[in-house]
Amino acid sequence: MPTDPTRPRIPRKRQPDGSMKEIPYEEAIDYFAKTLLAAKKPLIYGFGSTNCEGMSAVGRIAEKAGAVLDNCATICHGPSFLAMFDNGYPSCTLGEAKNRADVVVFWGCNPMHAHPRHTSRYSIFPRGYFTGKGQMQRTVISVDPRETDTAKLADVHLMLDQGHDYELFNALRTVLRGHDIPDKVAGIDKETIIKSAEIMKKAKFCMIFFGMGCTHTDGRNHNVDHAISLVRDLNEHSKCSIMAMRGHYNIAGPGQVWSWQFGFPYCIDLSKGTHAHMNPGETSSIDLAMRDEVDCFVNVGAEAGAHFPIQAVQHLKKHPFIAVDPNFCMASEIADLHIPVRIAGVDEPGVVYRMDNVPIQFKAVLKGLPGVPSDEELFDKVYERMCELSNCAPIWLSAKEDRKYPHNTNPVVS
Amino acid sequence: MAKVIMNMITQRSIEEGAAMEQGKTNPNYFEACSICEINPEDMKRLGIWKNTNVRVTSESGSVIVKAIEPSQYCPPGPAHIRQGVWANQVVPPRTQSTGTPQYSGFPVTIEPAMDEKLKTALELVQGSVGLWKGGK
Repeated sequence: MPTDPTRPRIPRKRQPDGSMKEIPYEEAIDYFAKTLLAAKKPLIYGFGSTNCEGMSAVGRIAEKAGAVLDNCATICHGPSFLAMFDNGYPSCTLGEAKNRADVVVFWGCNPMHAHPRHTSRYSIFPRGYFTGKGQMQRTVISVDPRETDTAKLADVHLMLDQGHDYELFNALRTVLRGHDIPDKVAGIDKETIIKSAEIMKKAKFCMIFFGMGCTHTDGRNHNVDHAISLVRDLNEHSKCSIMAMRGHYNIAGPGQVWSWQFGFPYCIDLSKGTHAHMNPGETSSIDLAMRDEVDCFVNVGAEAGAHFPIQAVQHLKKHPFIAVDPNFCMASEIADLHIPVRIAGVDEPGVVYRMDNVPIQFKAVLKGLPGVPSDEELFDKVYERMCELSNCAPIWLSAKEDRKYPHNTNPVVS
Repeated sequence: MAKVIMNMITQRSIEEGAAMEQGKTNPNYFEACSICEINPEDMKRLGIWKNTNVRVTSESGSVIVKAIEPSQYCPPGPAHIRQGVWANQVVPPRTQSTGTPQYSGFPVTIEPAMDEKLKTALELVQGSVGLWKGGK
């Protein structure tokens, strides 16, 4: 079996002189468990690239440690969640988009760059059941302040002034309700807005995909809120659906798994010990970091080192910093402890959620590196060690009948 | 030579996405992300040619990047640094109480910095937390 020499196989711990030294897994697991137990309010963040089994396992650790559990949505589609809580989410699956949508709107997203297979598999080019002519049959509208490669593909490009999405949504809804609008809204001519509203209104099935252009800029959740209301308005005339362009492999997964476990998809504060509490702005990773409210940081299958604003990284680095990642990355290179794991979907099978929240079972395509655990195995061991250290029974492990690692001594169902 | 105030957008690009999979210490990642896309008209206002290093300063930090002509058309006014280590040196961590930082649409000052050198990803990140020991 070919093995990748660039991948780490042994945990590394930072030494007082700043260098990294390889240590055995047992020692790494012990340090991980002790650090979490010692911390008053650890933050466990990441999970875009782990499978659902790993997310479920880490939930038990977080509960035991009284941690805050957060995923990449917090810096990505978090505001979309907030809008969905407020206004609902009239969505569909990607299959429906492919088979039915004859008008496709890309609002603040650039799938040609960020989701390269999206347009060919689901949204612009494929021939579906009611869309047999593929691209010929679809009208594409792009809303973006830059003329992106997606905008170049579009029939209509609404090149709005950056950060004025809210006004443009508002103008479209106003037009749909038969009212007049100013000659220019968000830098776009009245005629173009009216033309776009007509296209959406006359669609047999209009599909709105929205991305970081809505959630990373001024307005945040309010932009998405308006988008959802636009979908509701359009359904008065025709059929319309909306979908968040979730990035990253399994980033829809933690929203599902943790909602079953704790009732919330992200920003889950378990430090109260009795119940989970979610309040983005208060319990979100960046805000917690900036207010120095956490005293340990665990980065799992994501890249806080490269993708958090650097000031947040500086705050987090004041305390123990643990990275769980199959590869070397920025987070692993500043961490106090780096534990390598198998790559979910490559050498570790499991369940992942697609952006339309459809679960997909993956097989491993490569044999895992010898001695390197999966996320789930690692977190189960850390959980077990935490239970040992705090003198209680690892109840969640004994409830796990299909526990994968061999020390399963106390299965409830044999 | 002039200081110009621009509206910064930091978003994904295919160049960054592909290079990231090769690793953030890979030269391709450096090539893809240590840049700032600026409309030629704004370059004129700055008094620079393309491929000149510039200093980008925001309310929360500053970084040296190479000014290039936009790979996807960007009108005068906004500037674009691809998502990644260099962009996040200047992204403000303010979240409007939603948890999501201001990755797009924040004011920056851009000025020519011909004599300044670009830093590697590792130098920027390790350097920001006092772990940078020099080297490549």
